[in-house]
Amino acid sequence: MLTAVGVGLGVALLLLTTAVPGALDARDHREQSRYQMLSGPGGPGEDTLLVGNVDTEYGDTAVRGRLLRPEGPDAPLPPGVDRLPEPGEMVVSPALADRLDDGDAGLLRERLDYGLAGTISDSGLIGPDELVYYAGSDSIEAADPNVERITAFGATPANEPIEPVLLLLTMIVFVALLMPVAVFLIAAVRFGGERRDRRLAALRLVGADARAVRRIAAGEALAGALLGLAVGAGLFLVGRWLAGGVTVYDMSVFAADLDPSPALAVLVAVGVPAAAVGVTLFALRGVVIEPLGVVRSARPARRRIWWRLLPPAVGLALLAPMMGRGDGADGFPEWQVIGGTVLLLTGITALLPWLVEAVVARLGRGPTSWQLAVRRLQLSSGTAARLVNGIAVAVAGAIALQMVFAGVEDDYTRPTGHNTGEHQLSAYAAPGQDLRVGERVAATEGVRKADTRISTVVAPRGHNPRESVTLTVGTCAELRDIAKLPGCRDGDAFFLTDTYGTADSRRLATAGDRLYLDPSYDGMKGAALPWTPPPGVRPARAIRGADGSLNDGILATPAAVPDVHDSGAFSAWVGVRLDPAVPDAADRVRNEIAALDPLLAVHTLGSETVSDDFAGIRTGLAVGATCVLALIGSSLLIGQLEQLRERRRLLSSLVAFGTRRATLSLSVLWQTAIPVALGMALSTAFGLVLGAVLLRMTNSAVAVDWASVLTMAAAGTGVVAAVTALSMPLLVRLMRPDGLRTE
Amino acid sequence: MSAAPRSPEPPEPPELSEPPGPAELSEPPGPAPILTATALRKVYAGTPALDGADFAIAAGETVAVMGPSGSGKSTLLHCLAGIVPADAGTVTYAGRDLAALSDGERSALRRREFGFVFQFGQLVPELTCVENVALPLRLTGLGRRDAERAARPWLERLEVDDVTHKRPGEISGGQGQRVAVARALATTPRVVFADEPTGALDSLNGERVMELLTAAAQDSGAAVVLVTHEARVAAYADREVVVRDGRTRSLEPAGR
Amino acid sequence: MTIGHTLLGLLESGPRHGYDLKRAFDERFGHDRPLHYGQVYSTMSRLLKNGLVEVDGIEPGGGPERKRYAITDAGVTDVAGWLATPEKPEPYLQSTLYTKVVLALLTGRDAAELLDVQRAEHLRLMRELTRRKQRGDLADQLICDHALFHLEADLRWLELTAARLGKLAAEVRA
Repeated sequence: MLTAVGVGLGVALLLLTTAVPGALDARDHREQSRYQMLSGPGGPGEDTLLVGNVDTEYGDTAVRGRLLRPEGPDAPLPPGVDRLPEPGEMVVSPALADRLDDGDAGLLRERLDYGLAGTISDSGLIGPDELVYYAGSDSIEAADPNVERITAFGATPANEPIEPVLLLLTMIVFVALLMPVAVFLIAAVRFGGERRDRRLAALRLVGADARAVRRIAAGEALAGALLGLAVGAGLFLVGRWLAGGVTVYDMSVFAADLDPSPALAVLVAVGVPAAAVGVTLFALRGVVIEPLGVVRSARPARRRIWWRLLPPAVGLALLAPMMGRGDGADGFPEWQVIGGTVLLLTGITALLPWLVEAVVARLGRGPTSWQLAVRRLQLSSGTAARLVNGIAVAVAGAIALQMVFAGVEDDYTRPTGHNTGEHQLSAYAAPGQDLRVGERVAATEGVRKADTRISTVVAPRGHNPRESVTLTVGTCAELRDIAKLPGCRDGDAFFLTDTYGTADSRRLATAGDRLYLDPSYDGMKGAALPWTPPPGVRPARAIRGADGSLNDGILATPAAVPDVHDSGAFSAWVGVRLDPAVPDAADRVRNEIAALDPLLAVHTLGSETVSDDFAGIRTGLAVGATCVLALIGSSLLIGQLEQLRERRRLLSSLVAFGTRRATLSLSVLWQTAIPVALGMALSTAFGLVLGAVLLRMTNSAVAVDWASVLTMAAAGTGVVAAVTALSMPLLVRLMRPDGLRTE
Repeated sequence: MSAAPRSPEPPEPPELSEPPGPAELSEPPGPAPILTATALRKVYAGTPALDGADFAIAAGETVAVMGPSGSGKSTLLHCLAGIVPADAGTVTYAGRDLAALSDGERSALRRREFGFVFQFGQLVPELTCVENVALPLRLTGLGRRDAERAARPWLERLEVDDVTHKRPGEISGGQGQRVAVARALATTPRVVFADEPTGALDSLNGERVMELLTAAAQDSGAAVVLVTHEARVAAYADREVVVRDGRTRSLEPAGR
Repeated sequence: MTIGHTLLGLLESGPRHGYDLKRAFDERFGHDRPLHYGQVYSTMSRLLKNGLVEVDGIEPGGGPERKRYAITDAGVTDVAGWLATPEKPEPYLQSTLYTKVVLALLTGRDAAELLDVQRAEHLRLMRELTRRKQRGDLADQLICDHALFHLEADLRWLELTAARLGKLAAEVRA
């Protein structure tokens, strides 16, 4: 029965894991289906739709928003929407509808101030928890930089090949997650093995011969595995249903998308029972079941090390030739990567029993609790190692991956250059949008300070200029944040020195030629507003701002340039410093800006952004490692409880003659902690080797990510602590004198 | 009153005629009891296991507790040894009321002053025999080496020094019980509690274990509370107490 | 008769004088009841008469104890036959104890008390025998064990009877 539950858990996890690629694929499809196909260079037509990007954030959650303005009767419908909302109306995703219903969502309702006209069906969402709305509009213009004119939703799958390094990481993640599950399955098949052997001995007594007993054992294992498959399928369905309601690491998945591929499902359905039978027969190899009891063939032969070194050696040999290849265009041969990694990780399961046996045999002196635990391990180090194998493999894989992630992270993480200490939010008004956003924001509750930079590009030609510099407009006070000014009056202008392009700035600013603000380029129309710098432009040394930025180009006071606000040639960037004491300050600012113009872009500033693909893999690893550790912890616990129950009489008699309960509890702790510590040590070593090899394969510098090593070690310790803690109630119950009662 | 019960039939085993000498009756009463229990009551799941049991044992005395299965013999032993608290009544050991002691103090008492022998399953299977015997000594704080040195003479005394370094799984049941007896005596306890110590042994092995147990206890002046349902085992004791339906009944004066 | 077979068996290992025979018997089997010379004499003369032994020689001084006896072929056959014949198991179908219990029940006395007192007495003897056994040699142990097993059997009967007193009382008074 335990076997069935254990196998069930394993099978469920296998199915879920094999379903993940499908689910991710489905997400991609859903995402592509709402890709906005731009119309050609032509103007409005029967089938064009103006789409304004009004993405926003509420609290920490992203809200996808689009304003829709059809320009003809054949305007396309976004997926999941059966009619375009009228101006002032919106259709929302179910999750957003729920959110809007929340009593404390006042700020969100205020921002999305549209009448509710329906919900978006699942086909228009990438996950059940996604917050999406489409609102009708009669005012957005194609000229607005955040508005696109489109003719259709949905792109043909680009089938753009995933980068070799990311593919490599994905492969390793799957190997690192599936290996421990496989190890766990094997351990689960052997749950209750000793009791089974005793039962088989009883069968021998009534006349079954040795072969029949083996057949019966195999049959029982098969039955257990089949039952486990059924349980696993059930658990999978439940898990799938639950997964639909859960958002893990900002990611939610439709239950229907979690479909294991048929081939993998068949592999699980056939492989698990076959493995169960195989493992059982293998375990019975060293055991002779006699009518009067079970005889382990003498003392099990001392574990030899040489063949145990073979798998990791072969694994390394497979991986080694790929070192230094980097992210070459041909990528990495899949089977070689997977084979090498599997063999290397298998090496842990082969070496750990040997290591545990060798180390435990040398452990001696120590307190009574230590002695009890060590002696127990000496007698059955195999069982202990078997239980820890799963954790060891999971940890080794995780350490290797974390190392690789840390190594290649630089390539996939872009520092945003924002110092979140200075500003927490920024807003951007493009040329043509309302530049007064800064003033509006500054007056909002919860805003400490709003720094505005009004700027544009200035060039010697109005169309396709070959050179250009930035022109920043501000009052003398504002400009003093940017440069050390040699005296300033409204009407003055400066060029920045000690920064990029000083020579260009000086030439353009002082030549006295006519310049053009916001020049046009082919395919991108600008205002191309003529402007001549005032005479007497002086140099000013650029100074680094509080947020670490260094400006360049030309500075001008308002009187030195034509009408900034109405010329449509300038853009405004506003950095907002929030008052941390006002909890919903960010949302108040977003509301204020949305009220001014919903199309104004607002960003929450973080110190870096992570490439989406990369974040996805990392997320998968974190989710998987958590599940696997929990699963293996449960198998450790089952083993522990089984063992305790077998010893109830002994425990009661030890308590009877005055053994402290703490001594017994500690011995239970040691019994788990020693093999886990050894497993951790071995898996750290293997993880570091595998990580180093993988880093060399991606041509990254080899560096040990000690933080993640410590994290995994902490996770392992946590498992030990949890298993010990959870076995305490039973231990306490068994230590009661009831165990002494024979009647 | 009736005459019959007063003059029991002298049992007449074949080929043996020596009648009980009256000299025994005039033996001086033993020293004051070291362990006494009065009016013990213990209920398990609504069924009284003990229902007004009295007990007393003097230092150096061996008392057999007899009675049919389920009569409450083992429960009496558990209460006397402070393993389970009685629901009512008092257990006094060397002038101390066990109920007044904390669980930790009772554990310490069992560790230092009491020894235990059970029917089976009491030896730690992973430890060698000498380590098993040394275990209670280690629990009282003795170092490993000293504890094992102190344990060896007891293995010799119980005639199992040939299995010193074997594990319980590798020795016979009789040897195992002797190791258990050695362990019970190794701390030189003042009271040894033996619960069916020979229950899992054949009569020859059982007798040998009893001989060694009583002789060794006698030598060290330990009192022995011997729970058994076998008359031939009980015959190793100085007197018997019968438990019937949770009540004790003694036909001989204590200390005889 | 049993003494005759025993003495005959002792002679099988070689001729012995009468007093020698007595000593050998006492040593091995006597314990509580040493043989009288008269017993030896009468037994030997009966064996002599039946042709199972013959006189091997007579020491000066006369008297039956001075005669040296040897076993005849007929004697050897007789010993073999005796050893090969199983003893008849002796069930005590009527015992004093049973009588006492029934009488106690009939006269309304406390039969349980009777059984308990008897039980205590049995156990007291068992203790005595156990103590003797512990002091003695192997022969003592075997003999004491024989007695102990019998006493234990009695004791079991006492316990069984005590457990069935109610039923017995009903039958007796019916």
